[in-house]
Amino acid sequence: MSRRDISLTVNGKDATAPAEPRMTLLDFLRDELHLSGTHMGCEHGVCGACTVIVNGEPIRSCLMLAVQADGDTVQTVEGLCQEDGEPGLLQDAFRDAHGMQCGYCTPGMLMSAHALLEETLSPTDEDIREAIGGNICRCTGYTQIIDAIRLAAERMKEQGT
Amino acid sequence: MSAPAGSNYHYVARKRRVKEDKRFVTGKGKYIQDVAVQDTKHVAILASPHPRAKILSINAEAALAVPGVLTVLTGDELAEHTSPLYHGPDVPNLRWYPLAHELTRYAGEWVAAVVAEDRYTAEDAVELIEVYYEPLEPVVDPEEALKPDAPLVHPDQGTNLVLEKDFVWGPVEEDFAAADHVLSFRARWGRSSTVPIETFGAMAQWDGGTESLQVWASIQMPNYQEQIANAMRLPLNSVRVHQDVDVGGSYGVKRGIKHTVLVAYLSKKLGGVPVRFIEDRLTNMSGGDAHGPDRIFYTDVAFTNDGVIKSMKIKAIDDCGAYPGRGPFQLGKPIAALVGPYRINSVHYHPISVSTNKTGQVPVRGMGQGPTNFMIELAVDKVARHLKMHRLEVRQRNFIRHDEFPYLNPTGTKYDSGDYHTVLEKTMELADFENLVKRRDDIRAAGNLAGIGIGACLEPSGGNNMFEYLLNPKLEISTFMEGCQVRIDSTGNIIGTMGTTTSGQGHETLVATILGEEFQKDPEDIRVIHADTLAGLPTRSPVASRMAVMLGGAADGAAHKLKKQLHEIAAHNLQVPIEQLEYNNGDISDRNDPSRKLTWAELVNIAHRRYDLLPDGMEPGLQALHVMQVPLGGEYPDENNRVQLYPCFSFQAHIPFVEIDPGTGKVTVHEYFIGHDCGTVINPDIVRGMIIGGVAHGIGAALYEKFAYGEDGQFLSGTFVDYVMPSTFEVPYVKDVEHCTPSPLTSHGQKGSGEGGYLGAPAAMASAVNDALYPLGLSLEELPMRMTDIEALLHEGRDK
Repeated sequence: MSRRDISLTVNGKDATAPAEPRMTLLDFLRDELHLSGTHMGCEHGVCGACTVIVNGEPIRSCLMLAVQADGDTVQTVEGLCQEDGEPGLLQDAFRDAHGMQCGYCTPGMLMSAHALLEETLSPTDEDIREAIGGNICRCTGYTQIIDAIRLAAERMKEQGT
Repeated sequence: MSAPAGSNYHYVARKRRVKEDKRFVTGKGKYIQDVAVQDTKHVAILASPHPRAKILSINAEAALAVPGVLTVLTGDELAEHTSPLYHGPDVPNLRWYPLAHELTRYAGEWVAAVVAEDRYTAEDAVELIEVYYEPLEPVVDPEEALKPDAPLVHPDQGTNLVLEKDFVWGPVEEDFAAADHVLSFRARWGRSSTVPIETFGAMAQWDGGTESLQVWASIQMPNYQEQIANAMRLPLNSVRVHQDVDVGGSYGVKRGIKHTVLVAYLSKKLGGVPVRFIEDRLTNMSGGDAHGPDRIFYTDVAFTNDGVIKSMKIKAIDDCGAYPGRGPFQLGKPIAALVGPYRINSVHYHPISVSTNKTGQVPVRGMGQGPTNFMIELAVDKVARHLKMHRLEVRQRNFIRHDEFPYLNPTGTKYDSGDYHTVLEKTMELADFENLVKRRDDIRAAGNLAGIGIGACLEPSGGNNMFEYLLNPKLEISTFMEGCQVRIDSTGNIIGTMGTTTSGQGHETLVATILGEEFQKDPEDIRVIHADTLAGLPTRSPVASRMAVMLGGAADGAAHKLKKQLHEIAAHNLQVPIEQLEYNNGDISDRNDPSRKLTWAELVNIAHRRYDLLPDGMEPGLQALHVMQVPLGGEYPDENNRVQLYPCFSFQAHIPFVEIDPGTGKVTVHEYFIGHDCGTVINPDIVRGMIIGGVAHGIGAALYEKFAYGEDGQFLSGTFVDYVMPSTFEVPYVKDVEHCTPSPLTSHGQKGSGEGGYLGAPAAMASAVNDALYPLGLSLEELPMRMTDIEALLHEGRDK
């Protein structure tokens, strides 16, 4: 099948690579751009493991084709890190609250949490539940993830970020 | 309370970050999909649409003609060149291959595999394969499968019965005769599994230059490399399984031996190109051979007027699907706690495993203890309802008392320690139980349905596979060991090596914490690695809630050996008796003259560089291996089949509070309280996470999750819309309280904690739903208790 160049702004940098029209954004990010932090869970848009931010909105990268994202701005879990690759504030809050176990759903969870905290730094627990309601975690039972997001919000507020 | 009163740990039982988490939050975990080997080829699978059919012919010409396709493999070729995969039960004619051979035995079974340059091409080619089948009548219901005229899943085996045993432990008939009451009931645990968010994946590369097979996989299974070597007809020392692959969740089920043998064979056939197969979700759920127990219980329980439970008779029929693997041993492990945390005097147990035309079975979190505990707790609730006693009171009356440990249960297992009454009390306090009852009754008074669940459970931990011998006496295996190697490098840094993968349990943190505690060094600075199986260590993998006990114990043992060596070096150089030495943060000094000491750096230097300063006969360098045998393990059953199964017993009490919508049957879990005692907690965040995560799993098994099959044998739950897993909308913020009764059998008093949430929650949730239904005179004995099941029951109740 014919391939065409797809250009994205990913984590603040321009990236171009060829893709077949049927290639998912998920596969494009992982296999063509080598951003392996985004994970495949169900490939039918339910589990949320592949969540990335496209033009400011959290989306399932398994349900979007790479061609649909041509010209878009994409943020992945790698983009939450500091410039030197060390964990950013939200990621550190997940470490402090141990908001994960196997780590597989974590990137998607972080992106959904990031989208929430872009909207508000004073989320209620219900807001947090709603924001990650489309991300399935089989390890934690969510309690420590909710703790982590609450902690991140408090820290961001303190820092005025 | 994470550690015994008076203990003075620096790192154990203290809140500390989990070592593994940094790579996970930054997207740098290395899962099977992230293992990059140049020129990797990809597999896609063609699955059978029929639950049972004869394969008449397969035409792969069109598939092979697709550009980018390397080969198409079918079952005949694979069966010729590989040996059948391992089953635990003694069923020599029940042959299992990665691809169906002659017959398909369930809808979703793999029939052919395509290897192509990329997955998209492989999937395209799969659609071009033509298979001609002769459909046959399937057998779907496990009780039907036991009937003499049932269709045979494996005709060569001559029966669908995979395993049947009959055990009587203690004076069952006498206890039943002496009892005031006997209740009988049927209960069912539905077919579900733990369904990790990462599907199973494996990659293999045959290296003809070294005549060895490289394997990377998302695996959590004992004896994986042995099973690969056996199926591939290779010497075991030709199989190198890389254990440093992060596993994206498992909870027992990541046992893809058939996936592995498939890619191993394909790589060898294709001259050594790396071949990778990652399941898609449908393949994972319909054809991964990774379903959990599917169990029917017939239980009789004998008890007195004052609520003392004397004895139980349990018949357990488990549907292991078409390929049992080690799955049916899930009828064996629960023998360790077949009477739960109760002083039940005797028990009759009749386990049966039967094959049907469904996907195969694997051990799931708790190895069968979840279903068994659900049945035990259901029995206890029924006793309470029958006698009109409080469900708490019946439990308190039957619990083993704190002063009775170690407690020998009727099946021959000694429970190491516990304080069940105190944990239940703490949980009730946490729940503000009286207030909870008031809230429930207020809801009821308003004409709605609300219930409080009460569930207790034991979590056998530490592992020991003597239950395998009980179910198949050909398996004379009396150890379930675990090893850890510890090195102190030439600059004084500590490296712990483990021999197995990790799937979220934080083993690197476990080892680093215990080594940090023993050496008095910051665990942050200790590196922990996973050796591959050729370079590796004796291990039985992280199953059986055993790693805190076994890997923790092995790390502790290796640390002690090294500390002994360091003391010998110091004694030799300071010319003082060993007993007179004092260890302080790595430095060793003369207790009588603390100015005379050797620092950590000096000791390390002597060991690595100054042979002239070492005691006679001491090996240079600083490295120690400790392989731990299971505490109390090694004994075979006596003439009455009594034997120690598992050394350590954690305890939990669960109290969920639910409301049920009387119109729709929808259950809302308002609150969930849990008290847990797993002895000394190595890392409180890890333990809390595993317990609460287990609760969420248990809520799923209790209310939502079911691998459904139609009467025609078709698989009906191939997506996450049909197989519903709990999200934040279904799982409440779980509140927990700790208690610590240390185990006398382990290095720091620790016990297992990875399974208890899942063992107790289904029972407690069933108790809550039934409490809500109780005022209507209704009850359910089958999991999952889905909204539709409850609605149907309410409807039926209204009609009555």
